[in-house]
Amino acid sequence: MTKVADFSILETLDYDDDGFMTDASAWTPEIGEAIATVLEIGLTERHWAVIDFARKEFVENGEAPTLRKISKVGGVPMKELYDLFPGGPAKIAAKIAGLPKPTGCI
Amino acid sequence: MKTLLILGAGTGGTMVANKMSQLLDTREWKIILVDKDETHYYQPGFLFVPFNIYTPNDVVKPKRNFIPKNVELIFSDIEVIEPDKNQVKLSKRTSPIRYDQLVIATGSDIRPEEVEGLANGGWQKNIFDFYTLDGATKLGEFLKTWKGGRMVLNVAEMPIKCPVAPLEFLFLADWFFHEQGIRDKVEIVYSTPLPGAFTKPRASAILGDFLEQKGIHLEADYNIMEVDSGKNIIRSYDEREINYDLLVTIPTNMGAEVIERSGMGDELNFIPTNKHTLQSKKWENVWIIGDAGNVPASKAGSVAHFMLDVLVENLQRAIEGHAPLPEFDGHANCFIESGFNKGILIDFNYDVEPLPGTYPIPAFGPFSLLKESTFNHWGKMAFRWMYWNILLKGRKIPVSSQMSMAGKLVYEN
Repeated sequence: MTKVADFSILETLDYDDDGFMTDASAWTPEIGEAIATVLEIGLTERHWAVIDFARKEFVENGEAPTLRKISKVGGVPMKELYDLFPGGPAKIAAKIAGLPKPTGCI
Repeated sequence: MKTLLILGAGTGGTMVANKMSQLLDTREWKIILVDKDETHYYQPGFLFVPFNIYTPNDVVKPKRNFIPKNVELIFSDIEVIEPDKNQVKLSKRTSPIRYDQLVIATGSDIRPEEVEGLANGGWQKNIFDFYTLDGATKLGEFLKTWKGGRMVLNVAEMPIKCPVAPLEFLFLADWFFHEQGIRDKVEIVYSTPLPGAFTKPRASAILGDFLEQKGIHLEADYNIMEVDSGKNIIRSYDEREINYDLLVTIPTNMGAEVIERSGMGDELNFIPTNKHTLQSKKWENVWIIGDAGNVPASKAGSVAHFMLDVLVENLQRAIEGHAPLPEFDGHANCFIESGFNKGILIDFNYDVEPLPGTYPIPAFGPFSLLKESTFNHWGKMAFRWMYWNILLKGRKIPVSSQMSMAGKLVYEN
């Protein structure tokens, strides 16, 4: 997990105003790695468990999962989510996973 | 004889029962409405109870008063919904009720036990909710003799019923403490998982200014992890601690337990619902109105009202063998009490965030959008009468179900 990220792959992508990728299908794990590096997060196996879960949820439901869903359905304890993605786990995980901003709140 | 079964006789279920009882041929159709509780609560009124603006009596009436005679009303707990078998089991009946069409209006409720320590030692001592009549009444008793200190309002988790209610509570509390002559002895803190005062950016900025003007401190992006009621501290997942003397909580809101028992809900027991047709995503003859579903609109009575026309039309189309129309646009319309006999009005949908302007008539109003006015306040107060006398009976309110851009001011970037 210590491979050096290739930032150049981020340059050709489109993002919304908050820095979320606009085309989730353009995402690759290498892009995820590069976005995480920009956000100063070193991805471990636990991070990938969350990212993979978020991707799978997006394919099934068309939106990034809420924090509760990642925790209750994805099985990653809430506290650990905050340790893995400090600041806002649902948003940051979605960003790294190349998904639109979670719309959990209305 | 065919059966339309409606589960839940709150705002949504009562409106559907009234409307469908006028539209269905009673020689062909039987309408059955089920609820566990004989009392209808005017939930928007709970907000006013802690401040003695409404008494508990002002917000309750017998459900029976609002149900037409040709609807069979059953008071019972619902044991389980079996949508694959088109039947529902009630605890008060030995045989299940078979249905041809099912409308689910079982709503949502607070679940204090979802936050560690919230429902423990301090519950209803110096920790209160105002989303139940009991909580709002007990909070009112507490406030009568409170001498001041730090009041923290915490929203545990989104989504919640009526996302403007926390703001209204803060504005009314600010006013109340002024009237009591103790505003200078009360520190008000608003901690919310949202990044700002409200869910939509432009309204959030304007409402955030109101908080600042009223001296209310906003603690944003705050996801509560636990309550330590021994030390009177709340702690977030990112380890921010806030001391409180009085904690007013809006606990996690979840759909009814029967939805979970029936395996029909998501992780918050909300039923996956097509956000434009209001049909269940899984069962063609199941329809969802109000906050029982997972559509990304506000969980509020005004939204249930705007859903009504679309749901009723689609239900009739389904009965006649036509596909449902994708007509619901997420329209919400909220009066926000801002204290000192003033109010703010916002009007929005799935795609258009709340904008300034006038409503419902361009340039005239009489209501002003995203701006404080006394007229907006009286609109809110008059709404209780409208609710009991017009809305619940499924009668027409003179604004359209779909949001209109007329009167809204759109700024170019």
